[in-house]
Amino acid sequence: MNRPIQPLLEASSVNLVLGQRLLLENVNLKIGPGEILTVIGPNGAGKTTLLRVALGLQKPTSGTVKRQSGLSIGYMPQRLHLDPTLPLTVRRFMALACNNDQGKILSLLAEVGTAQVIDSAVQTLSGGELQRVLLARALVREPELLVLDEPVQGVDVHGQVELYQLISRIRNQRGCAVLMVSHDLHLVMAATDQVLCLNRHICCSGTPESVTNDPAFIELFGTAAVQSMAVYVHDKTHHHDHCATCGRRPTND
Amino acid sequence: MIDDFLLRALIGGLGVALVAGPFGSFVVWRRLAYFGDTLSHSALLGVALGFLLQINLTVGIIIICQLLAILLFYSQRQRQLASDTMLGIFAHGALSLGLVTLAFMRDVRIDLVAYLFGDILAISNSDLGWIFVGGGVALGCLLWLWKPLLAITIHEDLARVEGIPVDRINWMFLGLIALIVAVMMKVVGMLLVTALLIIPAATARRFAGNPEMMAVLASFIGCLAVCLGLYGSFQWDTPTGPTIVGPDGVAH
Repeated sequence: MNRPIQPLLEASSVNLVLGQRLLLENVNLKIGPGEILTVIGPNGAGKTTLLRVALGLQKPTSGTVKRQSGLSIGYMPQRLHLDPTLPLTVRRFMALACNNDQGKILSLLAEVGTAQVIDSAVQTLSGGELQRVLLARALVREPELLVLDEPVQGVDVHGQVELYQLISRIRNQRGCAVLMVSHDLHLVMAATDQVLCLNRHICCSGTPESVTNDPAFIELFGTAAVQSMAVYVHDKTHHHDHCATCGRRPTND
Repeated sequence: MIDDFLLRALIGGLGVALVAGPFGSFVVWRRLAYFGDTLSHSALLGVALGFLLQINLTVGIIIICQLLAILLFYSQRQRQLASDTMLGIFAHGALSLGLVTLAFMRDVRIDLVAYLFGDILAISNSDLGWIFVGGGVALGCLLWLWKPLLAITIHEDLARVEGIPVDRINWMFLGLIALIVAVMMKVVGMLLVTALLIIPAATARRFAGNPEMMAVLASFIGCLAVCLGLYGSFQWDTPTGPTIVGPDGVAH
């Protein structure tokens, strides 16, 4: 992608070794304003780790991560491990991030469609409600870049479609860029501009259409999974050599 | 007419319970009960250090607790062992080391039971000073850290992305815990410090609708337990620390 615009965030040749295990190998990532980039890959491929590196939560062993100066980031974590003894309502959870601005809390919750849970305890929310509340929290600081770690986790398939629609609607309305992680293929394909297929290293990247036709992608996810997406399956005779072990030896993270 | 020693015990006990409420709430929310236990187990080592360096024993305990907190913070980052295993190693290691060190000091005799279960009836004016100055400072700092600490308790990475200096605040919080554990030791003893931290907080949970209410209620419940415990111990001549904690646990 040759865009004249400065990228919001750019990671170049990132390597990460933790405890003698190679978690990320020569990963490049670039995201421009208003763009949705989805990182997909099998469990243990280093997707969350890559997000943590992009956010500056984890220092890479080598390589650089450049964020546009003054870039405001909204982050939606993968899980929220709240101890049941912490009495915390959704209202209070939101208030912590926006100086108790009640009007803002209400409008953000309405934007993600969960205004009705405002006085519920966070621990009692359903999977879908929790994800939406976390998304609202990520929007508090009017971010130019949303970083979402498995935003549809713990949500049924119907709800997943709705959540991805919500994410692209938020992008269209707010014009913010979205960097997200997902391990499901079907649903995310419709909601993203760019796909980056990760298995410690980048197997392939590009638009959803070009990626699903990439032999490395097929190798990683298996022919059946790709065919079930009802897209054209490329001739498997020309493999990428560097991808020979994709999907067979995922590391655990 | 209330006796002097009983009055001091009451004031000291109430002071400790007041401080324990908000800190205990955080200990419960952040699942640090075993951490507090480990710190209190090192108290004898602190006493030994106090004798060795000829300093105030409470200062000795505070120093050792702080050192141990630093050590735990670093070794938890290594993640070689499960954290409860590591805390267990440190707790019992420190306890044994303390006992052995004290045994080597032939001219020092301490009342072990008083350290294990506390000796609230022997609280001196200087102990009261420690409780109120040390506890007051700790409580003031906690109020100051309250909001960021709550954000970290909810989600550490989220807090970090939102610009909260997570490591620095965690450091300060662990330091404060180490300080109050050392101060509380006198009242309920090293074996029961954690109990006074977590039981009132856990009980308060049922009645609290937000974090602040839980902290205040925990202080209140702790104070109630101290009053009842002192009264009971006076009536039936039972050891005071356990008489404070015991019914508290049963009530929960």
